[in-house]
Amino acid sequence: MSLSARAAGNRSFAVGGLLTLALLATAALSLVWTPLSPYLIDVPQKLQLPSARHWFGTDSLGRDVFSMLMVGAQNSILVGVIAVSVGLLLGTALGVLAAERRGWVEEAVMRLADFTFAFPAILLAIMFTAVLGAGIVNSIIAIGIFNVPIFARVARGSAKAIWQRDFVMAARAAGRNRLGITLVHILPNILSVLSVQVTIQFANAILWEAALSYLGLGTQPPQPSWGRMLNDAQAQLFQAPWLALFPGFAIMLAVLGLNLLGDGLRDLLDPRGTRRAIAAPPARR
Amino acid sequence: MGRFLLQRLAGFVATLVAASVVVFLVLEVLPGDAAQVMLGPEAPAETVRALAHKLGVDRPPLARYLGWVEGMATGDLGTSYAYDTPVGELVAPSLALTLPLAALAMTLNTVLGLTLGLYAASRHNRLGDIVVMSLSQIGIALPTFWVGILLILLFAVALGWLPAGGFPGWSAGFWPALRALILPAVALALVQGAILARVTRAAVLDVMREDFVRTALAKGLSPGAALRRHVLRNAMIPIVTVLGLQLSSLLVLTIVVENVFSLPGLGHLILNAIANRDIVVVRDAVMLLAAMVVVVNFVVDLLYVAIDPRLSLREP
Repeated sequence: MSLSARAAGNRSFAVGGLLTLALLATAALSLVWTPLSPYLIDVPQKLQLPSARHWFGTDSLGRDVFSMLMVGAQNSILVGVIAVSVGLLLGTALGVLAAERRGWVEEAVMRLADFTFAFPAILLAIMFTAVLGAGIVNSIIAIGIFNVPIFARVARGSAKAIWQRDFVMAARAAGRNRLGITLVHILPNILSVLSVQVTIQFANAILWEAALSYLGLGTQPPQPSWGRMLNDAQAQLFQAPWLALFPGFAIMLAVLGLNLLGDGLRDLLDPRGTRRAIAAPPARR
Repeated sequence: MGRFLLQRLAGFVATLVAASVVVFLVLEVLPGDAAQVMLGPEAPAETVRALAHKLGVDRPPLARYLGWVEGMATGDLGTSYAYDTPVGELVAPSLALTLPLAALAMTLNTVLGLTLGLYAASRHNRLGDIVVMSLSQIGIALPTFWVGILLILLFAVALGWLPAGGFPGWSAGFWPALRALILPAVALALVQGAILARVTRAAVLDVMREDFVRTALAKGLSPGAALRRHVLRNAMIPIVTVLGLQLSSLLVLTIVVENVFSLPGLGHLILNAIANRDIVVVRDAVMLLAAMVVVVNFVVDLLYVAIDPRLSLREP
């Protein structure tokens, strides 16, 4: 069966892909159109129930919740893309380096990775906020740093397995240098494993970003963010409980979509199905 | 075995020292002038100098670092700038909330995750398995703080069974204090339990495919006995790994959940300290949390060997 046929038949991949596409499309659409401005404060219209004008109602300042949710998607994607790219690039570089050099380089990289786990993203964000003040950049740096050892471990593990394969032996026998082998043979062969990890870390980044914004350590108002919206909604829990539902569902659907996409990718890229178990490090939230 | 323990102990101490250096560098050296950060950019130079002297930050960095480490070793955590009280007196009561909360959440998580995971594995590819796996897929997509808010909506706002937040203190009696921790612990345990259920199921199914399990079944051992005697012990390594990671996650996640339920724990202390620019408190509390994470990782390393003694012979 071709890869595209199997992709269509894989339920996780199909559902996850659709949800992820919806997330990206919402963010893209919000760049050019939202039903109303998410920044438009209209206090007399505050805490409205959902209606034809305000599809998801209004918040405590009369802003349109639906428009805020749309723009909030941009925010989650922005943080996720930058933070995961930082982790992917630095972590993969360190991981393949460790697999190539072995010896003390590998030892040093892995000890550094172990050590970084002593500082979960929230602790890093707290330290940066205490020094630099709250802001979206803190959450990006904190989540980015947190992602580095995760990608380093995954890249090292898969790269070491590829180094044992016959075609790498052949390339070495043919006199190719180790850097050339890493670029031509190792990297392309660990891309599929890395792509699975990217979707999962993207999902985790969205969760982390929401938590940091909720705590007031991440994205700052008036920039709409899903975590911040839940913080505001909690203050109105008795008057307008429905406000606490929409941003939470948005986060849940985005994370669910990316996780399912990751699961589906793993199944598709590993047709023997021997690694159906979730091999990724568990989410730290 | 002795060499293994020594190696691990050395690694543990080295990690703690490295963590303290990072905390010190980020929170004390990076901002340049801690006194200026605390007082804000508009503070008069005279006041900044006076506070710098009072905090001791006008001394060279190495002397300050050694003084800080010595203080931590002897239990003297410095003085909070905002409250003008010893940090130890702020941290101790907050830990009396955070540690029981994390312990309660960990217990609920373990019971929930192991039960659901074992059940799903025993019903592999049947209805029960599919239901548990679908629910856990949703569970791991939920932000913990949103689960907390939903629990408040249901059990405090709608039903009025449990308090929406706040903590009466252990002096108010065991039950009233515990009542205040139930919803926060459930919020933490639901999400982590979903992760644990998936890992448990996967680990058990992996071991059940092994030859020695087939042999055990072939020689007539009942499935229950094979599970107890052969499968569980071998599935324990990934499960213990995840439990260790979850305990450190739970300790850190209490920061978020304490905020949802307005509980005066360590996380609450840290966020207030940030708002007050009270760097001394942030430094000590962050170090304390990082140290707890390092200790948990160390204990998990030792547990591996208790579960599978072969591991002490292998290269790390």
